[in-house]
Amino acid sequence: MLAKPRLRDLKLICSYTGKVLIGVGLLMALPLLTALAFREWAAFVDFLVGLGAALLAGCALAWLGVGEGRPSWIHGMVTAGISWLAAMGVAAVPYWLSGHYLSYLDCMFDVMSGLTTTGLTLIQDLDHVSVSLNTWRHLLTFVGGQGIIVLALAFLSSAAGGGYPLYVGEAKDEKLFPSVLHTAKTIWKISLVYLAVGTVALWVAGMAIGISPLRALLHGLWVYMAAWSTGGFAPMSQNILYYHSLGYECVTLLFFVTGSFNFALHHAVWSGERREVFRNIETVSFAGSLTALTVIACWGLMKLGVYPGAVALFRKGFYQLISGHTTTGFMTLYARQLVLEWGDVALLAMILAMLLGGSACSTAGGFKALRVGIIWKALQQETRRLLKPSSAVFAQRFHYLGSRILGEAQVRSAALVVLMYIAIFALATLVGSLCGYPLLESAFEAASVSGNVGLSVGVTAASMPAVMKATYIFNMWAGRLEFMAVLATIGFIAAAVRRRGVQ
Amino acid sequence: MRTAVPLLLLTLATAGLFGQEGSAELIGKSKEFDGRSVEFVGEAIGESMRRGDHVWLNLLDSGGAIGVWANRADLPAIRYFGSSAARGDTLWVRGIFHRSCPEHGGDLDIHAAALEVVTPGELKRETLHAGRMALAAGLLLSAAVAFFLWRARQKGRERV
Repeated sequence: MLAKPRLRDLKLICSYTGKVLIGVGLLMALPLLTALAFREWAAFVDFLVGLGAALLAGCALAWLGVGEGRPSWIHGMVTAGISWLAAMGVAAVPYWLSGHYLSYLDCMFDVMSGLTTTGLTLIQDLDHVSVSLNTWRHLLTFVGGQGIIVLALAFLSSAAGGGYPLYVGEAKDEKLFPSVLHTAKTIWKISLVYLAVGTVALWVAGMAIGISPLRALLHGLWVYMAAWSTGGFAPMSQNILYYHSLGYECVTLLFFVTGSFNFALHHAVWSGERREVFRNIETVSFAGSLTALTVIACWGLMKLGVYPGAVALFRKGFYQLISGHTTTGFMTLYARQLVLEWGDVALLAMILAMLLGGSACSTAGGFKALRVGIIWKALQQETRRLLKPSSAVFAQRFHYLGSRILGEAQVRSAALVVLMYIAIFALATLVGSLCGYPLLESAFEAASVSGNVGLSVGVTAASMPAVMKATYIFNMWAGRLEFMAVLATIGFIAAAVRRRGVQ
Repeated sequence: MRTAVPLLLLTLATAGLFGQEGSAELIGKSKEFDGRSVEFVGEAIGESMRRGDHVWLNLLDSGGAIGVWANRADLPAIRYFGSSAARGDTLWVRGIFHRSCPEHGGDLDIHAAALEVVTPGELKRETLHAGRMALAAGLLLSAAVAFFLWRARQKGRERV
């Protein structure tokens, strides 16, 4: 049971949450400048209101928490949990003022979907959204992929002292360097280099398929941000289908697969350790599950004769599957086609792919390939133990940035997180079913929100009940933060309420 | 959002005149319509994407947008495409519907045989709200005060 929170604890949490909100406010300068450049005056005013609200809330919280020292583990966890909720509240202001949403809950749903790189949306009339609002949507998903705390650590350097608990609270426990500030800056450096390369690649691809240069550049930037962060947002309501191009699909595929890899793997490759790609337990596990699920999904689709040939099977079947497995959520078909045409076998393969997800310490969601690999190794070890004499002693090894021996603590930790994912998946499936949606459709959407994927069979809509929207927001938040910060936040609030106040 | 209601009414009115299918119906009953000649009315969105002697258009009605593959020679003059700045021209198309087009990698599309602009689009007017401008000024001013109070308190603590 958590100890009774003291005033100092609350002040510390306020201080760091305030800094995160200031970071969110400063981020609004980018869509603000975009509105200025494109002479979108109404949107310009909307972003000024959003900027003012974020800075006011951030400075007020930071003022409340002045001078309370370094955060401990519990402060880091609770701050991470609360910061994401507070950021959702203030980042939704420009959405609400844009007139493209039916309620503030819908706005918060879309912000949480963006920040957690899920990609589901409740926006109305997406095809007529302003350039600045589209910039904000995609910027949120890009920043969310790296982590808003990582951003605050990297650019608000005063937050760096004792920042490791905050960094871990955001489900990034990989330290590329001894200094967490150095690690946070390296993560941003990797992302920004890829941002430049990816935007240029998609800009060229866009012009090659007949899009005008300026629009191709904007779409390239937005689609890249969504691809790298495995977000799944797109500027048009048809998502990637809008482009009607195999080439464009292949470029997006390249970047969202790259984005789903561990930042530590990127760093190893950049440091000359290219063999790590082929030996790492995560890439091996991802390749194995992707191959198995592709075979199952293609078998299901071919049995029903859904697509006329290999090219169509690749562009519709494989693209959707790998988009789901990397938890991106880009689509090259209509949501209802999944339900009406794909059949149960292919849909089940999709659900499994979405739950398994991409790599740990990446922009991807789901169980994560590292945990799947560890559980697989533990199963192998147990099988060997059964087949060998009881006196035999042996160690199970795996390769993850070097050769490691599988420990009981690793297996327990991996199994616990997977169990938590299954629990929130079951919760969202149950809520969907209770709200009257068919079981398979509820399960598909539940896997999509729990794994921060963004693929949809059409259940997610502004017309769905508020209880489902709230459940999906909770699942996206819990899935993205990988439960530790969420459990700590819930425990912290419960401890404060149970003891009736603060000392 | 602001254009959605007039667009819906326009689409419904035009649907009555031409007796064509809506996008929701085409997607929902795609097997039924596969390979058949259909008529569809929707707002041209984004822009036309040139591919050799053909173009891709995306037409939007109340149920969603559908890709239309058309010969450039048959393309009418389209003045506006739907965006944040304009309501796009509304086009009527007659053509062959494909649930999973073998020529285009399995896309659900319409290969146009005839295309017409039925309602011209128009530029949108932006409305600036005086109340929002005042709110923005008030919030930014309050944020500046809060910022200086925070910094002053921080410096005070550092001196102690």
